[in-house]
Amino acid sequence: MIQLIPRENVSPVLSLLGPLFSIGFTMLIGGILFYFLGVDPFAAIKMIFWDPLMSETFSTYSIPQIFIKGAPLILIALGLSVGFKANIWNIGAEGQYIMGAIFGASFALSLYPLESAFIFPLMVFIGIAGGCLWSLIPAILKIRFNVNEILVSLMLVYVAEQILALASLGFLRNPDGAGFPGSRNLSQYPSASNSELILGTGIHLGVVLSLFMIVFFYILFFRHSLGFKIKLLGSSPKAYSFSGQNPNKLIFICLTLSGGLAGLAGIMEVAGPAGQINIDFNVGYGFTAIIVAFLGRLNPIGILFAGLVMALTYVGGELTQFMLNLPAAAIQLFQGMLLFFLLSFDLFVYYKIRLRGN
Amino acid sequence: MNRNVLIAIAGLIAVVLALSIWSSRQDTEVASSDKYKVGFIYIGPPGDHGWNYQHDVGRKAVEEAYGDKVETVFQENVPESADAERVMSQMALAGTDMIFATSFGYMDPVINVAKKFPGVKFEHATGYKTADNVSTYSARFYEGRSVVGHVAGKMTRTNIVGYVASFPIPEVVRGINSAYLAAKKANPYVKFKIIWIFTWYDPAKEADAAKTLISQGADVVLQHVDSSAIMSVAEEKGVYAFGQASDMSAFGPNAHLTAIINGWAPYYVEKVKQGMEGTWKGNQQVFDGIGAGMVIIGDLNDNIPDSVKKEAMAIKDGIASGTLHPFTGPINKQDGSPWLKNGETADVGTLLGMNFYVEGIEGDIPK
Repeated sequence: MIQLIPRENVSPVLSLLGPLFSIGFTMLIGGILFYFLGVDPFAAIKMIFWDPLMSETFSTYSIPQIFIKGAPLILIALGLSVGFKANIWNIGAEGQYIMGAIFGASFALSLYPLESAFIFPLMVFIGIAGGCLWSLIPAILKIRFNVNEILVSLMLVYVAEQILALASLGFLRNPDGAGFPGSRNLSQYPSASNSELILGTGIHLGVVLSLFMIVFFYILFFRHSLGFKIKLLGSSPKAYSFSGQNPNKLIFICLTLSGGLAGLAGIMEVAGPAGQINIDFNVGYGFTAIIVAFLGRLNPIGILFAGLVMALTYVGGELTQFMLNLPAAAIQLFQGMLLFFLLSFDLFVYYKIRLRGN
Repeated sequence: MNRNVLIAIAGLIAVVLALSIWSSRQDTEVASSDKYKVGFIYIGPPGDHGWNYQHDVGRKAVEEAYGDKVETVFQENVPESADAERVMSQMALAGTDMIFATSFGYMDPVINVAKKFPGVKFEHATGYKTADNVSTYSARFYEGRSVVGHVAGKMTRTNIVGYVASFPIPEVVRGINSAYLAAKKANPYVKFKIIWIFTWYDPAKEADAAKTLISQGADVVLQHVDSSAIMSVAEEKGVYAFGQASDMSAFGPNAHLTAIINGWAPYYVEKVKQGMEGTWKGNQQVFDGIGAGMVIIGDLNDNIPDSVKKEAMAIKDGIASGTLHPFTGPINKQDGSPWLKNGETADVGTLLGMNFYVEGIEGDIPK
């Protein structure tokens, strides 16, 4: 019989090696998969991890793209990591991301075509508020009625998707859009446009904010008492209550913080790269960010690297599709393997395995 | 740090080193030869047996027509968002000469990327924005709907025709109106029940919608969504359905009355030829139908009585030759207000922006 015994001292080296191992294993197993799909595995893996960064043809375009694709992942994952550390599971960042975008865009578009320097900052603020509001629902239900926040936040994603459809077909539909769904393009509305900061790269304010937030969260986690409280609540809720602290307050903070950051990612995306509210606006950042948060070990610096690696697999994965004819599903499988192997390695990092005759 | 950890680290480093040495030896060939490179981006998988499948048929036709002179690449499951812009930019960087963007939502991304790559030619399906290096193309599917609507009106015994619709955009509303007008003409008692599912491709949702319609008495189901799920449900429940975008008779040999097939192949072959010869032009808006072969009516099932077959063929031929227009007055809008006078036919502008039901259809277009 196999027995799992929690390790008393978890090696910090091993816990850092986990993500590296999982990337290595994903390459290995992914390579085998690619081989059986009739694609040269070395060429494919090189194209995913190497070409976007180093190839002369693609790198000048791809490197900023990795940051652009990574920014929403990093923002959302940072917010999620706070809750995950405290054992509060916000699975519905996708919904908060959508609501942030809808709130912010509704505000800006309601003022169209007024031009004012106040519109952009207010729009960002309202976007953040939209994400917060959406995550307040599971927070209040959890605090008041002890309803499971995993279910509520997840279910609210589908509600948010319906509201998104409603917005694109109804109250935000572009009056000059010939009856097609989708709002006006915010990139063509200067006061609300999250335009590129460095010409020709597409780098926008969201990318800068994502890097700034990493510093902020690093200080929060390691230099601020709130970071300690979060860890304490996560590792021992009883001890937390005995210390005279109110866990409800922390539940509230964790959920609204993650909702607000998802909302920020949403408004940055809709006013920037995406440009408009549309039925297919959300492409799963809220869910992928969960992988990023864990791949980054719930550590802000780790999340930075994890977000960029994940973005790299997207950008590089697209290259393999049209350069080598790899199917899209193979790339998704490849990304899924990352989390799978990470969780598998964690088992060995956090537990001793003992074989016992019985 | 214990010895096992050290060994593990060493092993990992060795593997990574080996991989990178191996891979750096193989140089990716990007700037490829003198072949004319054509890229396609699809909203779903080409294996959907519907919309994307037919675009891929067109891609293969291009390969077959020009053999070694062309190279085609494609990307599936490209979301209609910032991702589309990135995918097309990367394709352009990889030396693609012409890109076919095969879904409506790629419109703004196409315009943005076209600005950055003036040397690349873009063909965008079903959109309305053009540029010096962007042309659009769309098919008059409503012509096919007219033929199918007639058959549906004749084949229904319950006088209830179900309709699974995707998004309330002019394209879909136009199809409903065209099918309804033809069905009503063939059978004055016919009623349409419409379910909107707000997706182009979701086999489970499509099947559920079809089951709901059948349980409400529909014995013929039309669809404006991409998968073959509805055909399978119809076969199982013993009702009729029509193939969407491609022939779906394999999924319902008895249920499959006929299909409206998207004939992109001749258009793609022609456009690539123009690209290679340097005669391709931007700012073009093509809107072709049965006459030009962009809309094809599939084989008619033997379940259909010969008289109905003949009528359907007559409608098809009439539309092809231009003697018959599916939207010929007198037609009122749903609210009873007049739209087309006796003998008047719809103009292209109204058709392209159609946002109202014709008289007789029940329910509202979702807002």
